[in-house]
Amino acid sequence: MIRQLHALVGPVLARPLTALGAAFLMLIVLGAVFAPLIAPFPPDAIDPVNRLLPPGGAHLMGTDHFGRDTFSRVVYGARLALLIGVGVVAFALASGVPIGVLSALYPRLGRVLMRMVDVLMSFPSLLLALGLIVILGQGVFNAILAIGLIYLTTTARIVYGVALRLRAEPYVEAARSMGAGTWWVVTRHILPNMISPLMVQASFVFAFAQLGAAALDFLGLGAPPDVPSWGNMLAESRIYITRASWLLLWPGLMIVLTAFSLNLVGDWLRDRMDPRFRDMVRK
Amino acid sequence: MLRYVIRRTGAAIMTLIAASIVIFAFIHLIPGDPVYVMLGDGATPDQVAALRARLGLDEPVVLQYLIWAGNALQGDLGHSVFFETPVTQVIADGAETSILLATMTMVWIVGFGIPVGVLAAMRQGRWVDQGLSGLAMLLASVPTFWVGLYLILIFAAGLGWFPSSGYPSIFEEGGLANLRYLVLPSIALAAPNAALILRLTRASMLDVAREDYVRTARAKGISPTRVVVRHILRNALLAVVSAFGFTFAALISEAVVTETVFALPGVGRTVVQSILRRDYPVIQGVILIIVCLYLVINLLVDLSYRMLDPRVELE
Repeated sequence: MIRQLHALVGPVLARPLTALGAAFLMLIVLGAVFAPLIAPFPPDAIDPVNRLLPPGGAHLMGTDHFGRDTFSRVVYGARLALLIGVGVVAFALASGVPIGVLSALYPRLGRVLMRMVDVLMSFPSLLLALGLIVILGQGVFNAILAIGLIYLTTTARIVYGVALRLRAEPYVEAARSMGAGTWWVVTRHILPNMISPLMVQASFVFAFAQLGAAALDFLGLGAPPDVPSWGNMLAESRIYITRASWLLLWPGLMIVLTAFSLNLVGDWLRDRMDPRFRDMVRK
Repeated sequence: MLRYVIRRTGAAIMTLIAASIVIFAFIHLIPGDPVYVMLGDGATPDQVAALRARLGLDEPVVLQYLIWAGNALQGDLGHSVFFETPVTQVIADGAETSILLATMTMVWIVGFGIPVGVLAAMRQGRWVDQGLSGLAMLLASVPTFWVGLYLILIFAAGLGWFPSSGYPSIFEEGGLANLRYLVLPSIALAAPNAALILRLTRASMLDVAREDYVRTARAKGISPTRVVVRHILRNALLAVVSAFGFTFAALISEAVVTETVFALPGVGRTVVQSILRRDYPVIQGVILIIVCLYLVINLLVDLSYRMLDPRVELE
């Protein structure tokens, strides 16, 4: 019993900041799931009489220029943050993993694919995303694709490097010499051994997706303006910051804490992973 | 060495050609007729035909690319649809602001990131190190535009120490004093990148400190300061130098946002405005120039890295 308790409390005491970060992320998830129960007001309920109210009373975090409740919008913003993060990570993994693994298995194909990844990486990341937004148009889904494209490249590179090393492992060679097919080697040896570097990569991608989405929102090229995302809230508050600085504080703090928590968790995962691959997963 | 230089330069040129094809293809990937999109619904058939001819959209695609790339090589990036001036002119107009902003940002990054990284490494494991490393990670998690808005709120609107937006050229009235317009933007832009360089300097210092020659130097009785500066820092900076290509790319991305926050008339803001104005030739031109710059910087970083460190193998 005490031992089980120790296993639970031990890591928390060893890295208190990371534990706080993980707790905050849990809070974000709960907030996103139960947003309608937590938010005291609908996120888009306009109340012109009570516009730009400072925090306090019925409005915990004040109100914006339409009299909308900032706290409610921040809670609903967690939904979008999660959607963007999960979407970008899913896209980056679903595209980057096959590209990386195929490149490692088939060197000829790999030269072409990795060359294409290099070309995409020669574009500064935000410009790549903006270019895709111009082609696809504005929207939440398109923002996910645009940011996902940035992390397709880094994910493919990391997967390629890890897969190349795994392919040379004696047990993979042994499996091959016993007649194992490519599919067997990939599903039994390469992919399972890739889980920990991929988890590290996923947590960093999740973190940077928040910053990327916020930047797109701020430029007016991300989520449509009526969507209560933290980035949109900051963009709207811009002209009111001298009169209502709380509009700048809360959504920004949410973005920072979310990204910071994810970075902490990512660092923790990296410290725990196989040291042979640690140097490959750099931000 | 020469063979390496030739091969590395060749690879950069190949990447540039491939990137230019992507940039060229961009205008053809936009759904709908780009000419109508650029001119709007009120365009007359004459205007449409004129713009189509000017952009060369009537030619076969391969020929179009060759013409576009050939013109670009001769310094002609086409005409802005919005300003009706050459794209090179539009870029040149924003260049002063962007170059000065980048320079000032680099001063903060190098001036803060490297010394503080050294400090953190020398106090490894102590609270100073933990505090600084935590701060670095926090700074890397902060959106630049949010830092920018707070700097405006505190130092421009509140204390009135610096202007909040815009930038008149240093060649206009005010002269070099106009650089104060760039102080807040450059700090906002430097924050996440200085954090990155800090972390990198610290990690690299700790790596080098484990080398045999450092122990030898200590054993010879060389003063600790001299060991840190001459033996550790000089070698640790190699890794930092090699990250400057990456830093440049990050700076470009964040400059787009920062220039928008502070309403600076730079190249980054031109990109955003051109997207909103659907001025595709400008977008293509700016991105081509930036990719070109990025490849050149990366090439120089790679070559100098191999010259500075003879141990690096020339593949």
